[in-house]
Formats: sequence, C-alpha cells, structure tokens
Amino acid sequence: MTAAAASLVQNVDWVAIAPPTIAAVVALVVLVADLFVREGNKTLLAWISLAGLVAAGLSLLPLLDGDRATFCLVGDADVCSYTADRFTVVIQFLVIAGALLTALLSVSPLKDNKALPEGEFWFLLLASAAGAALLPASRDLATLIVALEVASLPAFALVGLKRGDRRSSEAALKFFLSSVAATAVSLMGISFVYAATGTLHLTEVAARLGEVDGQLHILAQTGVALTLVGFAFKTAAVPFHFWVPDTYIGAPLPVAAYLSVVGKAVGFTGLILVTVVAFPAYADVWGPVLAVLAALTMTVGNVAALRQVGTRAYSAIRLLAWSSVGQAGYLLVPIASAAYADSPAETDKAIGATVAYALMYAAVNLGAFAVAALVARTRPLNRISDYRGLYANRPLAALVLGFFLLCLAGLPPGIIGLFAKVTVFAAAVDAGLGWLAVVMAINVVIALYYYLRWTAVLFRAPEGAAPEGAAKAERKHAVPLPLAAALVLTTVIGVALSGAPQLVLRFSAAALF
Amino acid sequence: MIDINDTVMQYLLALVVVLPLLGAGAALLPAPPGLRGTSPDQAVLRHGVTVTGVVLLAALALAAGFDHDDPARMQATTDISWIPALDVRIHLGVDGISLPLLVLTALLTFLCALYSYFKMPAGPSPKAFVALLLVLESGTLATFAVLDLLLFFLAFEMVLIPMYFLIARWGGDQRRAAAWKFILFTLLGSVVMLLGLLLVGLDSGTFDMMALATDNGRGLTTSVQVIAALAIGIGLAVKTPMWPLHSWLPDAHTAAPTVGSVLLAGVLLKMGTYGFVRIILPITPDGMREFAPYLAAFAVVGIIYGSLACLALAKRGAKGDLKRLIAYSSVGHMGFVLLGIASMTPTGVNGALFANIAHGLITGLLFFLVGALKDRTGSTDLDALAEQTGAALYGKAPRFGALLAFGAVASLGLPGLAGFWGEMLALFGAFDPAEGLSRPAFLTFMAFGAFGTLLTAAYMLIVVRRVCMGATPGPAAPKIADVRGYEFAAWTPLVALTVLAGLWPALLLGLTDPAVQQLLAGGKA
Repeated sequence: MTAAAASLVQNVDWVAIAPPTIAAVVALVVLVADLFVREGNKTLLAWISLAGLVAAGLSLLPLLDGDRATFCLVGDADVCSYTADRFTVVIQFLVIAGALLTALLSVSPLKDNKALPEGEFWFLLLASAAGAALLPASRDLATLIVALEVASLPAFALVGLKRGDRRSSEAALKFFLSSVAATAVSLMGISFVYAATGTLHLTEVAARLGEVDGQLHILAQTGVALTLVGFAFKTAAVPFHFWVPDTYIGAPLPVAAYLSVVGKAVGFTGLILVTVVAFPAYADVWGPVLAVLAALTMTVGNVAALRQVGTRAYSAIRLLAWSSVGQAGYLLVPIASAAYADSPAETDKAIGATVAYALMYAAVNLGAFAVAALVARTRPLNRISDYRGLYANRPLAALVLGFFLLCLAGLPPGIIGLFAKVTVFAAAVDAGLGWLAVVMAINVVIALYYYLRWTAVLFRAPEGAAPEGAAKAERKHAVPLPLAAALVLTTVIGVALSGAPQLVLRFSAAALF
Repeated sequence: MIDINDTVMQYLLALVVVLPLLGAGAALLPAPPGLRGTSPDQAVLRHGVTVTGVVLLAALALAAGFDHDDPARMQATTDISWIPALDVRIHLGVDGISLPLLVLTALLTFLCALYSYFKMPAGPSPKAFVALLLVLESGTLATFAVLDLLLFFLAFEMVLIPMYFLIARWGGDQRRAAAWKFILFTLLGSVVMLLGLLLVGLDSGTFDMMALATDNGRGLTTSVQVIAALAIGIGLAVKTPMWPLHSWLPDAHTAAPTVGSVLLAGVLLKMGTYGFVRIILPITPDGMREFAPYLAAFAVVGIIYGSLACLALAKRGAKGDLKRLIAYSSVGHMGFVLLGIASMTPTGVNGALFANIAHGLITGLLFFLVGALKDRTGSTDLDALAEQTGAALYGKAPRFGALLAFGAVASLGLPGLAGFWGEMLALFGAFDPAEGLSRPAFLTFMAFGAFGTLLTAAYMLIVVRRVCMGATPGPAAPKIADVRGYEFAAWTPLVALTVLAGLWPALLLGLTDPAVQQLLAGGKA
C-alpha cells in the first residue's frame, strides 16, 4: 500500500476518455448557454449540440489503432475501470452516431413545437448519450451501473418532456418506475457478487467466480441472475418489455427513435460485458436463460407487431416499438450462443454477430423513424393507413422506407438485413442451438408479414378522390434540412452496407476485446 | 461452337446477371431524351424489351461460346471475395446443368417483356412492372449462375419481393391473398433452407458449392447430412412444389397476371429442382439416400394428385378454372422431375433436367395461351367457355385452337415433343434406382407414375375436347380474334423449341449428361 500512497493522483488518459467526456461537457455548456440565449435564438443550442456530438464522434479516431486503458488499479496495471478496445470504440460509434441522428431528427420538431423546452431537451439528450458512451468502456460493476443510470435517468425526463401532455407524463412514470425497480434488483445482484468474490472489476470477478467457496455458491449464482435482470430490462427483453409501446407513443418521436436504438445498445452492451467478460464461469446458468429469453422476446414482439391495426392512432410507431422488441430477441441470440462457445475465438465471433446486427439495426431503424418523422409533419397521428399512397406524393421517401423495412425484414433488396440475420443464424447453428434457430426462422416469417404489409401500403394508390389537392399541399411542405440530412445519412449507410456487408460483418470475424 | 475468349465469357456471365438489375434501376428513372417514345409508358415497356433482349443475346452468346465438348467443367467462372467475414464469395459459373436453364430464363423473360409491350396487364404504372420483371430475371439468373451457398440463398430470396408485387398489383381476383400465400410459404421454406445451408457451410468450413460437390459429402458426418438434406430439401420442396407443400401454387397461378404465371411456372419452379440437383445430390449424398424413397413417394403422390385434381377441374359442371388446371398439372409434372432426382441415377437426373426445360417451354406456352384466351373471352372458367357443346376454338379461331391443342398434347407427353423424353427418362431412372435404394419400392413408384401419364393424357384430351371442339358456331356467335402478330412472335420460339427438343433430345442430354455423371460421382470421376 506504500506504492499507492506514493501516487495518490492517477494519470488519466484523456484521449481515451474523450468521447463520453466531450458529450458530457457539451451537455453542461448547453445547459448554461440556455440561460443566456434569447427565446428566438434557441436553434443555436441545437447547432452546439450537433457540433458536440460530431466532435465526440471525431474523438474516436485516435482510439482506432489499439487498446488503451485508464483508471487502472495502482497495484495491478492490468485491471482497469475504463478500457477503450475495439468493442468499446465500435459501440461508442454506434451510440454517438445514433444520438447524432436523433439530434438531426429533433431539430425541426423542437422549433415547431413550443411545448418542448429546447435547452433542457439538448442537455438531457447529450447527458444520456454521454452515459451510453461511457457504458461500453466500463470494466467494473460500479462504473457500469453508474453509466447505466447516467444513460437512463435523462431518458425518463426526455420521455416526459411534452409539457402538459398526460400521456407523455404517464409514459415517463411507467418507464421510470419499472426501470428503477430493475436497477435496484441489479444493484442487489452486484452486491451479492461482490460479497462472493470481493471485487468489482469484471476480469477479476471472472477469475474469482470460478473458485467461489462452496457455501457462497448459491449467493454468487443469485447475484449473477439478479445482475442480468437490470440489463435485460433495458434491452426490453420479455418479460421486461411492457413499458415499450406506451413509452414510445408517449415520448416525442425522436426520443422514441433514440430509445429504440441507443437505449437498446446500452442494454446489450451491459449484458455482453456482464455475461461474457464477468460471468463466463456461470455460462451454464445464463446461457439457457438468455436463449429462452431470446425466443420469448422475439415471439412476443413479433406477434404483438403482427396484431397492430393499421387504422389505429400511432399504429406506425406502435408497430416500430413492438418490432424493436422482436429485433431485441434476434440480438440476444448470439449472446446466448456465446455461452456454448468452445473457445474464446468463438465467443468473440458470437459477440461480433450481435454487434454487427446492432449496427445494421441502428442504421435502418433510425432511417425508418426518420421517414415516420417526415410523415408525422403532415399527419401527426402516424397511422399506418396514413402511409397509403406515399409513393405517389413522395416517391423517394416511400422507396427509402420500403428499403428500410425490407432491411429489417431481412429480404433483398435489404441485403445487409439478410446477411446480418445470416450471421445471427450462423451463431445459433454454430452453438448447436438448433431449436432457437428454428424459432427465429418462424419469427422471421412473421416479421416479414407485417413489414411487407406496411411496404405494400406505401405503393398503393392514394385514397379517395381528393388527393390531387392534398398531394400538392403535401408536396409543398419542404423537408427541413436536418431531417433531410438524417434521411440521406441513413440511406447512404444502408445502401453502402448492402453493397459491402463486410463493413459491419467483419466484426463477427475478428476479436473485439 | 464458337471460340470465345475466357475473359469475355466471364464478363458475359456477369453481364447476364447484373444487367437486368441495372436495367431495373434505370426503369425507375425518367427516360433520357431521344428514348422518350410516344409516351412514358411505352418508353419504359420498350426499355424492358431492350434490356431482356440484350440479356437473351448475351445468354445465347454464352451458350455459343460454351465448350460443348466438356460440359462437365464449370466455365466462364468468376471468383471474387465479397464478404470475407461470412466467407461469401461472388463465385459464378455455368456447366451443362445450368446453361440450359440460364438460356430458358433469358428467353422466357424476353418473351414476357415482348408480350407485355403489346399487352400490358391491367394495373398500376408499367414503370414498376418493368422494374420488378427485371429484378425477377436477375434473381432467377443469379440462382442458376452462382456457386456459393449463401449467394444461392440470396438469389433465391431475391425473386420473392418482385413476384409478390407482380401478383398483388397486376393480378386477377383474390390476388392479395394469393400473393401472401406465395411469399409466406416460400419464405418459411427458404428460412429453413438457410439453416440447412449454414449447417453444411459451418460444419465443412466452406460455402463453395464446387469444393463441397467435389468433396461429395466426405467432410460431413451422416447425421449432419441427414439434417441438412432435410432442411434444405424442405425449402426447395416448397418452391418446386412437392405435394403436400404445393398449396400456394394453384392460388398464385390463378391470380397472377399472364406473364407472372409464365415466369412462375417456367422459371421459378425450376429453382427448386435445380437446387436439388446442384446442392442436395452432390453435397449431402448420404442424407439424400436416406430421404430418396420418401421424396419419390411424395413425388408420385404429387403426380397422381395433380392429375386427379385436373380431372376434377376438367369435368363438366365443376366450374374449373383453366389457369388453375394448368397449375395443378404443374404439380404433376414437377412430380416427375422429383421422381427422376430421387432415383439418384444419371438416367433419372438427366430425365429430371430434361423435364424441367420441357415443362418450362410447354407450360409457359400454355399459360400464355390461357392468358390470351382470358383477354379475348373475359373468363377462364371451363364451363363458361365450353357452354353446352364446347368452346369450338377450332371453328372460331383456328390457329389459336391449334396452338392450344399443340400445347396440350405436348404437355401430356406425346412422343416427338419435348414433354415425352424427360418423363420417360425419369420413369426409367425409377425402374433401376441407384445402389442402396429399394428397387421394389421404386418399381411401385414407377408404376404409379406411369399410371399418372395416362391420367394426364385423359384430362388434357378432355380440355382439348371442351375448349377446341364443339358445335359449329352460328353467325351470331361472338367472334374471337385469332392469333395476333405479337402473339406469334412471343409463342413461336416456344413451339419451335418444343418440337426441336422432342425430335433432337441429344441436344440437351449431351449437355447435361456429362455434368450429371460427374455430379453423382463426386470427386471420383
């Protein structure tokens, strides 16, 4: 302990921690600036936030070359709380890009809708993004929980941000209560694990879990199970999924998009870190549990999405919400497969499949939300029947949405969706989880039905005889620049990935940790 | 026949696959100046004819440059890495098995595009129609040209969306339900197939069909082969379709527009049987041996079932739909193809491949004819057409009636026409199945299959009797236009090839036989 006393102040690798730090600092800047910016100039805050997110994204560049770690134990330099390895960088990229796209989607609704307080919105979004970016880098259980909460707490507020909207506040409350309960359970699990192993660092936990005292065995097992609950909640895995549809509808549309992508990424990253890095010794416990969760999640999500009636209010958002539950099920499959891996290389491969799928999903799902945001400008109810004849009014938007939906369904021309599903299937088949692969196969067919049904609606002739005037009016509504940018960005990513799937699929063939 | 440089051959094959896709993209864009034609619709339909025409020419050039002395060798091969992470390679090539199918696809699509140019099916704009037709062509051509399991799956899936929209947008009654049935059945099958393909690929460490075929299943344990053959077989059997997985087919055919039916029967069904020959036979031979008797049994049930269904539809007062009848006859014909494959002998497989092509030509022609008949009379209901004595097409439109009778007798397997050889060889194959397969069982199957040909003859002749013959129409009877110029253009190639293949079967068998011999022998030959 003398060595520790000698260097009480640690050297911090600022470059390594730049991405979450930049996001957090810009969040504070926006919060303070909000006090000084006049009412008419609030858009300035949006540009500051966008610039901040771009800067955070650029700060990932120096991290590409190799592993960096900081906040290490003084006694043992190999045990660190913050690591910027390939896995971290990829997930941070996903989170920051997701937040950036969300921000682009938010600019014009914030300008048009005075019920949304701008300064608070940007602060909360950036704060949540900072937490989400911190999470993949955390390598101890305490940091992990802190990051999880930093990512979640602002999200509750974002959901409830619509002033005077009862549904919005109710959704926020629902989201908040269930989430906090899940976190509490998780914390209890972590305390059990700490009691059994005496450490919070993931790698140390992994090492010591293998040789836990016989008496503490049950304690450790319970701890592992309870810890997983908190993360399963964030991924909206069944049975922790019930908050999803109401929350998505109650939240402002960009926030729903944010939750469906970044919120999910947070949950998955946590789940991967906890299962694969910290608890590999208990793979026989969490492996089957996750496999069953995956099967349940995709089935419940897809069946519920299938039952959406197109003429109901917000049915498009509802469908996206439920389908995101279904997609969460696919994302869980490779993590469950990782439990059955024979070698670390196979584990990496399985995790890579989840990462690749998540990247694909993030791009196309945000794209679908972007088109939904576009349609919501003229048809705020966002029913699926409102999309009828979209091709006649806005051919490009319709083609793009059709492409995104088919990517989600995994059918050509959505080639990247198809191959991302193939990697997930491959992980399951490789792990010998044949039954899970079959369940997923059936789910893919169910999902195709509702995605294609929506796609078919886009290309049908517009309803009624009035559309001539209405169509003209709709065409006059120019697409705001940020929204157009988000659309172009997601489309370019989707198309580029379809041409060269290797861009994301390479993660499923290389070591991430 | 003609000596074409290897590199040129490579580009030709790549062009055949990619050009329709580019054409589909171009179809959605506004026409450039100078190509505007008389109207945007006309311009885009002409664009479709041009692109499919160029593809057909490229396919013919490919066939001409193909080394016919060595059809067992993969020619015009391209092998580029595409997705290293999944070990997916863009591996293209043609041999004696795939070449006839490539040419058939290019030909039928061209004829469909030509036919639509003059007779666009009722529905939304032709722009989307042409684009979908071209994507469909690209997908089918790719299925026959790729040599990588995952790429095969991609190509297999590529046809689903265009066909769905072709049926759902330009189809007849109940088109939406039929389109859903088509896509859900096929997708369920193909996802199961994907699991089988992944099992093969992950277990053997490669997705390359050539390497796997040369390996001939030696790298896979019997249990893996059995599971893989079952999974892949289900996917392909849905597409083929094999009884009892066929129920999507009659609905889809009945609802689809004419060109949709032609392509569905002429080309899409072949993707299933091609997969059996290209994937299951050489890559999982042990698994295939396990399932061959069942496959043969289902095939025979399909033959009998299809014929009986047709007989029931052809009966007076059954309100049978002529399109539906031809669709059911497809189930029977594809039964022969499956029986040939199940025999696992060179004779049977050659017969299957021959019957494949013959069915494409003949059923394609029949669907064209029935579609044209529907345009003329407004109905394909046999009872409505035949009324009391018969529709008397011979009297009202002699050329049209003769063509229909020609298609019908070709379909029933008249010697001298294309339909004969394939089915006879398939039955021959079943007469003497491969080693290890139960001969008595296959003899029984053969007997039932032979009986099926009789039933086929029966219903086809009833159709001819009821549609072509009948009392001399009175002067007041509504006129039916005879064959028009563009119809002649679209149908003559099919008629000519049916006769050619019937009189000179060696033209096709000479191509397929060496390739089949090598396929069945694996790396040993």
